[in-house]
Amino acid sequence: MHTKSLTELSHGLQTGEFSSVELTQAFLTRIKQHQNLNAYITITEELALQSAKAADARIANKKAEALTGIPVAQKDIFCTLDVKTTCGSKMLDNFLAPYNATVIEKFNQAGAVMLGKVNMDEFAMGSSNETSYYGATKNPWNTNKVPGGSSGGSGVAVAARLAAFATGTDTGGSIRQPAALCGITGLKPTYGRVSRYGMIAYASSLDQGGPMTHSAEDAAIVLQTMAGFDSKDSTSVDLPVPDYSANLNQPLTGLKIGLPKEFFSADLNAEMAAKLSEAIDEYRKLGAEIKEVSMPNLKLAIPAYYVIAPAECSANLSRFDGVRFGHRCENPIDLTDLYTRSRGEGFGKEVKRRILMGTYALSTGYYDAYYVKAQKIRRLISDDFKRALTEVDVIMGPVTPTPAFGIGEKMSDPVEMYLSDIYTIAINLAGLPAISIPAGFINEMPIGLQVIGNYFTEAHLLNIAHQFQQVTDWHQQTPKGFE
Amino acid sequence: MSLTANDVNKIAHLARLGIDSQDTESYAKDLSGMLDLMTQMSELNTDSVEPMAHPMDQAQRLRPDVVTEHNNRDKFMSIAPETEAGLFLVPKVIE
Repeated sequence: MHTKSLTELSHGLQTGEFSSVELTQAFLTRIKQHQNLNAYITITEELALQSAKAADARIANKKAEALTGIPVAQKDIFCTLDVKTTCGSKMLDNFLAPYNATVIEKFNQAGAVMLGKVNMDEFAMGSSNETSYYGATKNPWNTNKVPGGSSGGSGVAVAARLAAFATGTDTGGSIRQPAALCGITGLKPTYGRVSRYGMIAYASSLDQGGPMTHSAEDAAIVLQTMAGFDSKDSTSVDLPVPDYSANLNQPLTGLKIGLPKEFFSADLNAEMAAKLSEAIDEYRKLGAEIKEVSMPNLKLAIPAYYVIAPAECSANLSRFDGVRFGHRCENPIDLTDLYTRSRGEGFGKEVKRRILMGTYALSTGYYDAYYVKAQKIRRLISDDFKRALTEVDVIMGPVTPTPAFGIGEKMSDPVEMYLSDIYTIAINLAGLPAISIPAGFINEMPIGLQVIGNYFTEAHLLNIAHQFQQVTDWHQQTPKGFE
Repeated sequence: MSLTANDVNKIAHLARLGIDSQDTESYAKDLSGMLDLMTQMSELNTDSVEPMAHPMDQAQRLRPDVVTEHNNRDKFMSIAPETEAGLFLVPKVIE
């Protein structure tokens, strides 16, 4: 059952081939068998079986939707009512969320079955899942390698088939990078497409939730449930949600694909370049035209991002003060001691590093030199994309510089770790949608191809990804021992 | 640009963030590395560029001034570290 697509699972449930309770139990068994991967922080077994029973009743009453009865792994960044919501941090180790995120509400209404909450880098700050208070998550393709981050637990849950699909969030690549390194499909929607209400904030002008699945076809179904205007999110965009599955089979004849020369420079790893070139050849065979484009300001994306994201995080994380919820230190002597020690004990090193960086960038005398300057560069990067997207329909490029690196390999040098986000963060700065799809293997580790589209063109990106997945089988590969 | 351990302590105080004294030097080194990365930004003249705060340049949406939330006081109290009579408790602030 665990190898089926979402459409097949839904069909199996609705024809009575298996029940949601059986399906849920099958995934729960797999989760327990593979706990060494450290994919889940919390397994909500009892709740899952209750939801599965309710889903079976709904199916029997012919009231099922596409995701009714289907088991999902939720990234532990989404608030879940009365269920531990840690965001990968000691700060929230004791936090039972008092309400549901809008995304969680939507999945509940659709009748999806939550299996549990999956591991992530602490407060979504990291590219390897190693900054989690709950320990590193392991890549099922090679357990000595990282799964990517920050949605590493989501990537692993899908790749190792410990859930039918998962949710992720992407601030600088946190859906696309783990999707690439785990060999699955991950879509970061346009900023404002998916509600951020109840999604614990890291950098509010960049954060966006999205689906992590086996295929583009599955991602279309999941995004259908996740997307939509939400009055509870002040940056939610009020536009109609199209049918994401309707155009999956459109032919790609005449599609104009742009390859930014800055992405395909001599700096790109030769094996990665060769694999991507093979993937792009598939698109040529499908009738697409390939054109070089230029985005001269891309190289400034990393410095701009590592000002804007820490600045926003230092403001967002000031709410964790030991007063109303989360970790509080023992025997504070005064209010300053309460704040300082609760935060000092509750946050890990990478989170502290970014709070310090952000506090510095926003402090008197430095605000213009760092934050305003970074926002101006953000505009230039966004303009580069806008210009390129008038010449071509979509832009393609790598997701990561290399396949998954070793656990522990980059932890000693934060800047080295930040540079691994080079192909993904510019897209968040511009607020554009982008999808990562499996595009082959280097040394038996999966890599991804990134497809970037114009604002609110998720349906087109899914169509482009789906057509690729009709002529390749990279997305159907399963790591050894997880078949 | 490089920061000293003393700078790090000042910034940590601004953020009300406790850091272990043996880590101060390593934070100073890491932050200096990040700042080196950021000096690349100053190579580009951006005098005439408007800063971008929101990808869609969307203005803050207004809503009617009506109550939309339920009273969740008990729920919020139940997850707080220390409470009394429906209030959050903190160490004494005024002598």
